[in-house]
Amino acid sequence: MAIREQEPRIHAFLRVTEELARAQAADADRRLAAADGVGPLTGIPVALKDVLCVEGVETTAGSQILRGYLPPFDATAVARLRAAGAVFVGMTNCDEFAMGSSTENSSYRPTGNPHDPSRVPGGSSGGSAAAVAAGEAVCALGSDTGGSIRQPAALCGVVGMKPTYGRVSRFGLIAFASSLDQVGPFATSVADAALVLQAISGLDARDATSADRPARMLDGVEDGVRGLRLGVPREYFDVEGIEPGVRAAVERALRDLEAAGAELVDVSLPHTEYGLAAYYIIAPAECSSNLARFDSVRFGMREEAATTLLATYLQTRRDGFGPEVRRRIMLGTHALSSGYYDAYYLKAQKVRTLIAQDFERAFAGCDAIVSATSPSVAFALGAKTGDPLAMYLCDVLTLGGNLAGLPGISVPCGTSEGLPVGLQVLAPQWADATALRVGRGYEMVRSAG
Amino acid sequence: MTLSRADVRHVAMLARLGLAAGEEEFYAEQLSGIMSHIERLAELDTEAIPPTAQVVALTSRLREDEARPGLSQKQALANAPESRQGMFVVRAIQEPEP
Amino acid sequence: MPGGWEAVIGMEVHVQLATRSKMFCACPADYVGAAPNANVCEVCLGLPGVLPVVNGRAVEHVVRTALALGGSVARHTKFDRKNYFYPDLPKGYQISQYDLPMSRGGALDIGGRTVRITRVHLEEDTGKLQHAGDSLHQAGESLVDLNRSGMPLMEIVSEPDLAGAEEARDYAVALRAILRAIGASEAEMEKGQLRAEANVSVRRRGDPELGIKTELKNINSFRALQRAVDHEIRRQIRVLEAGERVVQETRGWSEADQSTFSQRSKEFAQDYRYFPEPDIPPLELDPAWVEEIRAALPELPAPRRARLVAQYGLSEYDAGQLTREAATADAFEAAVAAGAPAKPVANWIIGAAPGLAPGALAELVNLVGAGTINREQGLRVLEQAQATGRAPAEIVREQGLAQVSDPAALEAVVDRVIHADPQAVADFRAGKQQAIGALMKAVATATEGQANMRLARDLLRARLIRSA
Repeated sequence: MAIREQEPRIHAFLRVTEELARAQAADADRRLAAADGVGPLTGIPVALKDVLCVEGVETTAGSQILRGYLPPFDATAVARLRAAGAVFVGMTNCDEFAMGSSTENSSYRPTGNPHDPSRVPGGSSGGSAAAVAAGEAVCALGSDTGGSIRQPAALCGVVGMKPTYGRVSRFGLIAFASSLDQVGPFATSVADAALVLQAISGLDARDATSADRPARMLDGVEDGVRGLRLGVPREYFDVEGIEPGVRAAVERALRDLEAAGAELVDVSLPHTEYGLAAYYIIAPAECSSNLARFDSVRFGMREEAATTLLATYLQTRRDGFGPEVRRRIMLGTHALSSGYYDAYYLKAQKVRTLIAQDFERAFAGCDAIVSATSPSVAFALGAKTGDPLAMYLCDVLTLGGNLAGLPGISVPCGTSEGLPVGLQVLAPQWADATALRVGRGYEMVRSAG
Repeated sequence: MTLSRADVRHVAMLARLGLAAGEEEFYAEQLSGIMSHIERLAELDTEAIPPTAQVVALTSRLREDEARPGLSQKQALANAPESRQGMFVVRAIQEPEP
Repeated sequence: MPGGWEAVIGMEVHVQLATRSKMFCACPADYVGAAPNANVCEVCLGLPGVLPVVNGRAVEHVVRTALALGGSVARHTKFDRKNYFYPDLPKGYQISQYDLPMSRGGALDIGGRTVRITRVHLEEDTGKLQHAGDSLHQAGESLVDLNRSGMPLMEIVSEPDLAGAEEARDYAVALRAILRAIGASEAEMEKGQLRAEANVSVRRRGDPELGIKTELKNINSFRALQRAVDHEIRRQIRVLEAGERVVQETRGWSEADQSTFSQRSKEFAQDYRYFPEPDIPPLELDPAWVEEIRAALPELPAPRRARLVAQYGLSEYDAGQLTREAATADAFEAAVAAGAPAKPVANWIIGAAPGLAPGALAELVNLVGAGTINREQGLRVLEQAQATGRAPAEIVREQGLAQVSDPAALEAVVDRVIHADPQAVADFRAGKQQAIGALMKAVATATEGQANMRLARDLLRARLIRSA
């Protein structure tokens, strides 16, 4: 079994749910043998990011504060995969509460990139990306708040997709930033990713932000890119810190797409340079509120030495949360606090409008936007842990999609320095199928890199 | 803008985050660094721009007023650090000095 | 008010809405009597990953209330998060409404005074704490029950238009009558379904500046509300007359001590960091839907009171009593429609709260009115009619209850009574007028309470005087 071979090398999983997987696999075998009750994912091994609640299975969001926590319910995406016949192989490592771009903020252990275990797998869904890249699971679920599916997919050389905000229910996804979070799939091919996305999509009565939109992810996915107009945003190719090798690989991919009949058009996303600043107000502000429930009353770790309620709060949250989580809680608390709301939170929401408008204008002239997913290839473990802003810049090409609620996919497009590079395809809201079609279209014509 | 140690202390108390020795200084410096990047938002004139709180245009998602049983008391308390008489136990409620 | 002081009072009233399920989850709203933490789910426990979904019925109740108060219902409204830490607040924030409440404006008439309504908004209730020690701050630990967590709660905020304790009480009473009339809430204070908080300040009469206010909480009856406000006004006047300053704070009402006491505030620094709730899309209240609700509103207590006075010639007091509950006024009007005169029907309803069908009540009132039975008999008939569901006239007939109004028959009884009690007769003749009372009682006993007592008294008096 791949997990046994690969785990000592990469540590993609926090918990392998062997017993559950065996039971589900046995059930799948029975169904397949009887050719009865077979779902689209029957018997398919799926890994789950540790932020998706699975009934009765320890789910910790990569945090000490949730060590030992057993949710009494399934996340909707998990329940839908279960109903589709998937086999759950385990909970994958991630940055604590999905805050990070390297999975090094996991409070348990780092995960190695299967292509070079001395490097990061990206993050925050690094464990899911690595598990799929290493063949430990056929596909996986992650969550993407600023690029946390697409960026690790790029760094690990697999396909990862963030759907349109509202496409997949967030019920049971341990929240980081509610207006940005979205659940999505990892797979080794666009078709598999589409299949998983199809299974988890759709209206959920338990998530008022989930949309009642027909989810036909496989429609036209094999149609190729001929006749599609693909927008090339110059700001994304000149972004701070983009590696020449990454840029070259993506430009090669654009030539492949053009050769396959796509029309490349220049588009502009003029507020790109403000995206990171807006994101680092909105996401921390929401997280500061979302993480207030970790108060050691109903669940989670408690610092037993405390003798008063206040001391319990202070000590538990000091020791239970890691430095990045505390940094963001403080940042968000500051941005929302009296006297600063207008200058920071309200301002960031207005800039969010500008960024969404940039995309709207760009999509008036193209069907999808293509760029690199990450400005860099997988970096060495520890390379950025001392510099939060450098780590935040990993998301500079992906977080715009979250601010604007767009579907985005990362598809492997060759290598730089021998490490995978990802091609990001962003599409208008609800045009998830277009992103998949471009991704699949590229897979069909990808030249060796 | 920069965050002073007093700002960090205030924000940490609002967020009920204890600070270990030396952390006031550490976070004051780090958060100031991040805030200085965020300051660039002020360059944009957003006077006439409406804020976006939610990016997908949904409205009035209401639920029917129907009741269903939820969790049992045992399930409700299963993850609690401490419970007694069917209730969650918390330490003495005393308020911090302002 | 003593010494030229005047009080300025505004009210914040929290109302639990009459729904089947909680505000944001499907847990039953009827949590009273459930074992602790047995009426909860992952949503109202605030477990990681859960999301709120708005109860449409709760929204409807708020719109109905806002319309009944003459408020202007927002077309566009939203929920916000109010962030603070407290163990009865599972998520660490309360979903409430900040800058776009469901309704603004309106007024409540409390009989002579109009109290302006500031706003009405919708939020969720907290859980409950039990303290192991004597009080909150002495307890070594506290116990948390979240059965009430997430109950739909409507907050109605008034302008500071009230000037005294009695008015504060009248305001709460009038509000309760409206809430019950429109079915928005049972609004029982004793059950915590209506929680009134009063913001109280005092100032020298004519002073344009408002004084420093305190907020009174823990009030669980109308009587306690009046007493608490009264006590607080006096306390503040004492403080100011002693040359001291009133401290802005939350004060509780102690039923045991009949006084208010300082409670420290929940959050030492009141910085709630409100921001729009990202988990709930904004609400667009369709004006056509709002108008439908307006059209379906029942007649409200204040206009109904005025109509009862005008239409039936009732006193303001009687009309006010009858309209405290819509069902009471309904019973009154039905009984009158069934053919009984208005004033006696009102008296019977206010005095005896009869649970009879309109026709039966009218029949009873008419039996007493015509002198067929007396009031005492009427009460006995009422009791039996309520217990058995039989018609009052039938009960009177079968049990021969009709009062003895035949002078000849009563004369015989009076004779017997006078012969049997020479002492009373002697007392009367000695000038003790009250001795007639003993003789009246004897007549009543002799006729098993069926004598027409007015006639009996006249006959007795005549006999005593004649034979004197």
